[in-house]
Amino acid sequence: MTEQVLSLQVNGVEHRILTADHRTLLEVLREDMAMVGTKHGCDLGECGACTVLLDGRPVLACLVLAVQVAGRTITTIEGMAEDGIPHPLQTAFSEKGAAQCGYCTPAMLLTARALLDEVQAPGPDDIRQALAGNLCRCTGYNKIIEAVEAAAGAQD
Amino acid sequence: MTMRLPNFEFVAPASVDEAARLLSDPGRSSLIVGGGTDLFPKMKRRQAVPTTLVSLSGVDEMRGVRVDAAGNCVIGASTLLADLATSEVVPSAVATAAASIASPQIRNTATVGGNLCLDTRCNYIDMPETWREASGHCLKDGGETCWVAPQGDRCWAINSSDLAPVAIALGGSVRLMSTRGERLVPVGDLYGDDGIDCHTMAADEILVELLIPSDGGRATYRKLRRRGSIDFPLLGVAAAGRFDPDGICLEVRIVIGAVTPAPVRATEAEEFLIGQRLTEEVIVQAADIASGPVRPQDNTDTGSRYRKWMIPVFVGRALRDLVADDG
Amino acid sequence: MGTGHNVLGRALPRVDSMEQVTGATRFADDLTLPGTLVGRQLLSTHPHALIVGIDTSRAEALDGVRAVITGSDLPITYGILPVSQDENALAVDRVRYVGDPVAAVAADNAEIAERALSLIEVDYEPLAEVVDLEQGLSEDRPLIHGEGSGRNVHRSVALEFGDVDEGFGVADHIREDVFHYSGNTHAALETHCVLASYDASGKLTLWSSTQVPHYLHRSLERVLELPAGRIRVVATPNGGGFGGKTEPFSHEFVAAKLSILTGRPVRINLSREEVFYAHRGRHPVLMWVRTGFASDGRITAMHFRSFLDGGAYSSYGIVSLYYTGALQTTTYQIPNYRFEGVRVFTNKPACGPKRGHGTPQPRFAVECQLDRAAEDLDMDPVGIRLVNAVEPDSSTVNHLRITSCGLRDCIAKVAGASDFTARHGRLPHGQGLGLAVGAYMSGAGLPIYWNDMPQSEVQVKVDRGGGVTVYSMATDVGQGSTTMLATVVAEMLGLQPSDLAMVTADTDLTPVDLGSYSSRVTFMAGNAAVEAAGKVRDRVVRAVAEKLEANPSDLVLADGRVSVAGDPAAGPDWSEAVRMAIATEGPLIESGSYRAPELAGPYKGSGVGISPAYSYSACVAQVRCDADTGMVVVERVWLAHDVGRAINSLLVEGQIEGGVYMGLGEALLEEQAFRGGLHRGPSLLDYKIPTILEMPPVESIIVESVDPEGPFGAKEVGQGPLLPVVPAVANAVHDALGVYIDEVPITPDRVVAALRDLARGGSGRFGPESVPDFDFGTPVRVEPPEGFVAP
Repeated sequence: MTEQVLSLQVNGVEHRILTADHRTLLEVLREDMAMVGTKHGCDLGECGACTVLLDGRPVLACLVLAVQVAGRTITTIEGMAEDGIPHPLQTAFSEKGAAQCGYCTPAMLLTARALLDEVQAPGPDDIRQALAGNLCRCTGYNKIIEAVEAAAGAQD
Repeated sequence: MTMRLPNFEFVAPASVDEAARLLSDPGRSSLIVGGGTDLFPKMKRRQAVPTTLVSLSGVDEMRGVRVDAAGNCVIGASTLLADLATSEVVPSAVATAAASIASPQIRNTATVGGNLCLDTRCNYIDMPETWREASGHCLKDGGETCWVAPQGDRCWAINSSDLAPVAIALGGSVRLMSTRGERLVPVGDLYGDDGIDCHTMAADEILVELLIPSDGGRATYRKLRRRGSIDFPLLGVAAAGRFDPDGICLEVRIVIGAVTPAPVRATEAEEFLIGQRLTEEVIVQAADIASGPVRPQDNTDTGSRYRKWMIPVFVGRALRDLVADDG
Repeated sequence: MGTGHNVLGRALPRVDSMEQVTGATRFADDLTLPGTLVGRQLLSTHPHALIVGIDTSRAEALDGVRAVITGSDLPITYGILPVSQDENALAVDRVRYVGDPVAAVAADNAEIAERALSLIEVDYEPLAEVVDLEQGLSEDRPLIHGEGSGRNVHRSVALEFGDVDEGFGVADHIREDVFHYSGNTHAALETHCVLASYDASGKLTLWSSTQVPHYLHRSLERVLELPAGRIRVVATPNGGGFGGKTEPFSHEFVAAKLSILTGRPVRINLSREEVFYAHRGRHPVLMWVRTGFASDGRITAMHFRSFLDGGAYSSYGIVSLYYTGALQTTTYQIPNYRFEGVRVFTNKPACGPKRGHGTPQPRFAVECQLDRAAEDLDMDPVGIRLVNAVEPDSSTVNHLRITSCGLRDCIAKVAGASDFTARHGRLPHGQGLGLAVGAYMSGAGLPIYWNDMPQSEVQVKVDRGGGVTVYSMATDVGQGSTTMLATVVAEMLGLQPSDLAMVTADTDLTPVDLGSYSSRVTFMAGNAAVEAAGKVRDRVVRAVAEKLEANPSDLVLADGRVSVAGDPAAGPDWSEAVRMAIATEGPLIESGSYRAPELAGPYKGSGVGISPAYSYSACVAQVRCDADTGMVVVERVWLAHDVGRAINSLLVEGQIEGGVYMGLGEALLEEQAFRGGLHRGPSLLDYKIPTILEMPPVESIIVESVDPEGPFGAKEVGQGPLLPVVPAVANAVHDALGVYIDEVPITPDRVVAALRDLARGGSGRFGPESVPDFDFGTPVRVEPPEGFVAP
């Protein structure tokens, strides 16, 4: 087994982790760093539940190796609020009922955040396209779209 | 997280030469990994168990899209699909095809080289280990029988690349490099018509870049799938053509993807179209001709009959795109 | 507050939403204890086989393996229904489907566990497999449960209410149609997970993503032979349930056993593949329905036959079977009704309850047939439904008590909002509108095991600072039961839901609630909460009235104060009022409970379908179809739902939209399909649940009929809204293209096949032609209830 000491920049904090090459970012986050806010639904890249931001872009933590992301910027749900103040998306998801069971929610929020970081006032179609890789089994998505629109409005 | 990758060593050389040296090392069973979005699921299902993964992500010159002196688009193999999808340099059909692949997250990781080199897919092979054992491992899985066509002795797994049909239609080629040197190969020649022996590249060759010539003409890509995202194509039809000012077809390429182990050129239909104006009647005839020899198998969603029905529909739509007023 | 309510009916966030959006919610797989081992199960690779031998010695010898168990380690059977305890945690002697767990290991880490599984050698002797309805009804296949061969009939039923022959005799028009509803599955995003810990004192604790901690508790007691007091079950927040976690599962017993054997915590998290095999999802049901109509559209008789392919185990199957016949009468006045049904065992994952349990299938059949009868009789879809719609405060021919009923209102609202009558049948080719209705129970009238105790108990404790803690075993599976309870108690006490502390779903800490199934929690736990909070309120009011020398009935609890009506500033704030109550009568801890009234009719099987109240829904779907590809796009959905009273309108809308979503998936995409005994694709790539791109806008219309027995008049909303969606889509596809797709999902290949048939001059129908010739026996005749008035 090949192991390496990696420097991972997660939510603005540098973590030094000894891990084997074959371990995914998802496994390292959840098992080695106890950051269990990132979920898993399929382990195969088919559901989007493990989405984290890599240099600001949504990627699937189940299909990315920890060794591949050393030195790059990783954002997880634990890093979405700043100084204890929820991101407007988090507030909007709460207020608009965009979370039911809450399992897809961390991934949905991070993906939506990447969109808002790029597009100031996305329309429903932009939101749909951006969230097309995040499955939600509870809400029927419409309240998620409303929440993203509301958060975009709140950011102005 | 019950599905885990097998053990391997991960190496990310800084140059193509170094990568080529690693791949040619007979002491390793190495595979190239691009984004890994196709390879990692297969490895988690133990369809592939390499001891070394050679990543090309450290090779800077393999990333990005540029236009060379001759006006050709040169697309680095490590270019992310997300970046190709938003590129304003590449023909729009290429961007459209890239934007249709998998999901946004996967496009942020997956690469052009990875999509062109996708392993063939089949609903007897892309399954968990328990399932494959229960089904009796198929031909591609080291077994004796192709469960799709048990009478035959070949594998019918499908080439599911969305980029390949477009690249072939546009007359694209790829640059391959190894310790033996480099060669330029038309994209159409990359694929072998067998689900197991599905790539003509040598195991130690690296796909470095995709070249799309500037004179490919008008092009389009039409994709059939059940959902608007995540799904692989059930059928992908690319077409490209050039027409004289009177609308007479001077040159056309029609490529049908996702039904057979290699994307197929509809050469008879192409020949039929040369010298004709693409009227509705001509398009319908060409679509039927294109569909004639293609035999989808029952190895993905919706079955073979439906996909056979859809071939003329999608060829027709692609041809209409070529002569549509709005471009 | 114009409504006269503190918080009732408002669109407030879930009480746990900030935890959810910050990633702080702890699901089962997020929990860990020091020294936790990884448990994994070895699955059968045969659909049907005898286990000749299992050699676990090589696995046991592997470094890092702490325990290996097989069926003989857990020999006691279980099953959710007391009458069908036919499961073993690990297969004993025989495997019955691909995926049946055979052995299990506990190891130091996942890699070792996986390696250990590969070292277990199982010697199978394959048996002939039984993979579909036809084989299940065949005389010469081996019995899946039992020795020798014969028909694998799990249960059959034949009931007749009124006189069906007479009803057909007076009909002006009779239709017979055959439908098939494919099986599908819950596909909650969280895969089932359990963490089991057997501690040094001999106490076992399970943290599990289960919807039914109480039933799991009872089953563990039985299988592990431990006293109930030494078992604690904590239901963790479910990352989606939908009925998929409503019975005890193998991995729960296995993790418990492995923890007992090793003395260490053991976690088992099912893989996505394993979840598809654990299944318990929607039964595939083949249906034949014959209905007689008077010339004005009134139904004179209905004869309904259902054939359920149940999979390898009983699960809830007997109940599922009865449900396919029970609720047809809750929407339409059917004066004479015969129901015959049969469930067979097959060598496939067991089917069970999924949102709507056993009723979406017959609802699809009945609603599609009704549209066709309307065409035959030159009526419109709205008219034929209104002429048959049940009335409030009535009885059905099969002895179901209808109280509140907003069906007509629901139909009128969706028809109006969608401009249905003006547009149906008049849209351009390829576009269509479809209407359908449905009804669902607000909780099963009877508990799963016979007892005469309450079905739900709630306790409310108030501390000296005024802090209110609500204790209930009700389990939040995303539907918002915790928020519902908080809202009910807050409403009663004049507080905000977010003020309360909620302790739920823990068999050590909370009084019993039977679980989150059958849409029972709002009605049952809600009523129990009303009673408990009411007692607290009464005590506080009594104490304050005494202090203020006011009339208790003049006191108002609102905005955190107890005051005299008309003078909000007078009177103590809540915490002061609480201290008065504790000082006068002691600890402020009260409980409430709910048990449904006796509603069962005078026949065997009458326990299925009874409920203290029924919700009603109506749906219009608008589709656009591509006639070349057969692709159906749902452009818009209108759904009106009679929820009795919305306790939280945001959550009610959420359930409506979620029900529409799941219904659309069933209508167009989802199918738990098999090739022989092998699942066609146990993954979220092959099993296609809709993405955001497939989801249309939904206009949710809340109808409030104010149920006389519901908490504040509330009824269910978790399951009912799904029911009309599937037939509404099917009816819309017919309106768009003229084809009849009598089999869901309505996949593009089926649509194109029907269109090609239509083009060749055929009927344009895709679906099953007939049902098996099965002898259901002479139906049990049941007289309609006293006072039943045939329309």
